[in-house]
Amino acid sequence: MTTHAETLVRTRGTTRVRRARGPWAAWAFLAPVIIYLVAFYAYPLYRNLDLSLRHYTVRSFVQGDAPFSGLDNYRAVFDDATFLPALLHTMVFTLVSIAFQFAIGLALAVFFTAHFKLSATLRALFLVPWLLPLIVSASTWSWMLNSDSGIVNYALSIVGVEQINWLTSPDWALTSVIIANIWIGIPFNLVILYSGLQTVPGEIYEAAALDGATGWQRFWRVTFPLLRPVSAITLLLGLVYTLKVFDLIWIMTKGGPTDASTTLATWSYRLSFGNLLPEFGPGAAVGNLLILMALFFGLFYIWRQRHD
Amino acid sequence: MNLRGLGAVLAVTVCLLSACSSGGGGGDATSSKATDYAIWDPYPQFDDSSDWVKLLTKCGTDAGVTVKRTGYDTTDLTNKALLAAQQGNSPDVLIVDNPVVSTLAEAGVLTTTEEMKVDTAAVSPNLLAAGQQGGKTYGIPIGANTLALYYNKKVLDAAKVDPSTIKDWASLTAALEKVKAAGKKGITFSAIGTEEGSFQFLPWFWGSGANLTQLDSPQGVAALTLWTDWLKKGYAPNSVLNNTQTTSWQEFAAGDFAFSENGTWQLANAKKTGFEYGIIPIPSQAGGTAPAPTGGEFVTAPVQSDTGKYATTQKLISCLTSADNALTTDTTLSYVAATDAVQQKQVAANPELTVWVAAVKAAKGRTSDDLGTKYPKISEPMWGAFQAALSGSKPPQQALTDAQGAAGK
Repeated sequence: MTTHAETLVRTRGTTRVRRARGPWAAWAFLAPVIIYLVAFYAYPLYRNLDLSLRHYTVRSFVQGDAPFSGLDNYRAVFDDATFLPALLHTMVFTLVSIAFQFAIGLALAVFFTAHFKLSATLRALFLVPWLLPLIVSASTWSWMLNSDSGIVNYALSIVGVEQINWLTSPDWALTSVIIANIWIGIPFNLVILYSGLQTVPGEIYEAAALDGATGWQRFWRVTFPLLRPVSAITLLLGLVYTLKVFDLIWIMTKGGPTDASTTLATWSYRLSFGNLLPEFGPGAAVGNLLILMALFFGLFYIWRQRHD
Repeated sequence: MNLRGLGAVLAVTVCLLSACSSGGGGGDATSSKATDYAIWDPYPQFDDSSDWVKLLTKCGTDAGVTVKRTGYDTTDLTNKALLAAQQGNSPDVLIVDNPVVSTLAEAGVLTTTEEMKVDTAAVSPNLLAAGQQGGKTYGIPIGANTLALYYNKKVLDAAKVDPSTIKDWASLTAALEKVKAAGKKGITFSAIGTEEGSFQFLPWFWGSGANLTQLDSPQGVAALTLWTDWLKKGYAPNSVLNNTQTTSWQEFAAGDFAFSENGTWQLANAKKTGFEYGIIPIPSQAGGTAPAPTGGEFVTAPVQSDTGKYATTQKLISCLTSADNALTTDTTLSYVAATDAVQQKQVAANPELTVWVAAVKAAKGRTSDDLGTKYPKISEPMWGAFQAALSGSKPPQQALTDAQGAAGK
């Protein structure tokens, strides 16, 4: 009797609890992800926006009473003599880097689909730039490209080329950081495109071969179109990564000489942290412009996806 | 992901944003025990077994408290200190690079030496000036360093140059010419586009008689032309544009360069180069020692909500800057002391320091002359100017005129 009563009570109890718990349990499960999103995404974004809309001095940064200044920081950024060159360098840096990274990455990916001896070893070797800490690879590039004692100029001098001031001439600084960045980005493109190639069914190539397609035609008519979705996401990710490249440029040239290799990312850092007297407002404004650019390309990607 | 999905995410984000905007800001002061005293310094190279940290611990024990020491990278420390002040948990003692003192004082982060009852009477006025603003003093220097010219004796002998004859710019340039003719390299320095480059340019800029409030004065242009001509004639390598003081030292240490503009802190490394070296002060244009900028840190006491801690903080500061301890610290850091008495002890112990003591006496703080927080706004265009001139994108006059335009804004 008692056990039966107990069971009854327990059953009734649990159903009641379950009914009451319903939405709460759902929220409890959602809570970790929401807290995570708020703490690590929403709040920093909000703070960055807030920083860019206030007039900060070091004093008001500490006291927390910076007056709201609307779009003044953005206006100051747009009027700054550094803005146009930085924007131009950001675009050149991003587009040229991606074009080469993608083309070379794709060429290597196609090359490695033909399985041959040592192909796995070689493929592993191509991953090295990806595995090295950026400070190591950027410093190494910086030594190699040193004007007076770098190995690149030494090699060029053997074939009779005059000293090129890779990092210290306004004509070459941007090119040098782009070259280093292409080298760093190739493995990423290679890996994603290579795995994309694995999904292209072999029968299609066989059919194409039967139809008498040349190697060149097989690439342009079969591989390339079938690789489009993978290519699109590779390009989008590459774009977002490259827009915000900062450490490589900072280590190699500090954005110099005289802004010759300054991009929006390095400029934002220089404004906020590269001076004895930080300018958080304009620094945050430049950072937000970068976020907007990345968002624009992300939306463009989604729009294209829907139209396909 | 489709557009509707994205819309949902955006909607969630927006409501999260508005929700947290009301509750944002305001840090909670970390409630540390009253006997714990936090000290921040920019000497991460020293660990707990070093003389420096032992001294900190001892000063704490003598004052009857526990010292919690953290070493930060010097470029990080300014932002860390500002953020900590914003959150209301500044350290009790902050040891910070001298040009930063005026920035932190401007932010209201630091107490004055008057409030703290720190005795600064013995400190050389030219060193103390870097920490003074609007008639108030915001800290006490722990020691100082500055720049001079290291030379490689073998290279100079081979070029038949007597370093003692170098008294002004003309004789220095003549020496560089001889060195180059002898097939060796002239001089290396750091003209990188950061504060470090400005630090290295200032001895030449001030040595011409120029003033930081007027970058494009004829004297200023003369200083920049001196550097630019050295590069054009090949007396200095093109890599100076990208050299930090450390990389510039490495070039010198390789043994081919006659001169290197570098600091007191390289003395220990100079002994390791394996060649005979000497040190001469940086000459001014007309002759004599040029004023070089002072480097080195100030011991400061950030404002606390619990003012009851100040009495002990004061004990810690006077312990750190007392004559005996300053001698130990400055020897460890390879600095020149900030007071005459300790400087004399240093020279007595190590006659090699005579040149450095003289250089420190002639030196000048970057934020001195009541420039304070105006200095960073001058320094940045200035490094832009020498980068432009040295890389050949603008002639010196043009570069400095543009820089003055940017600094005057």
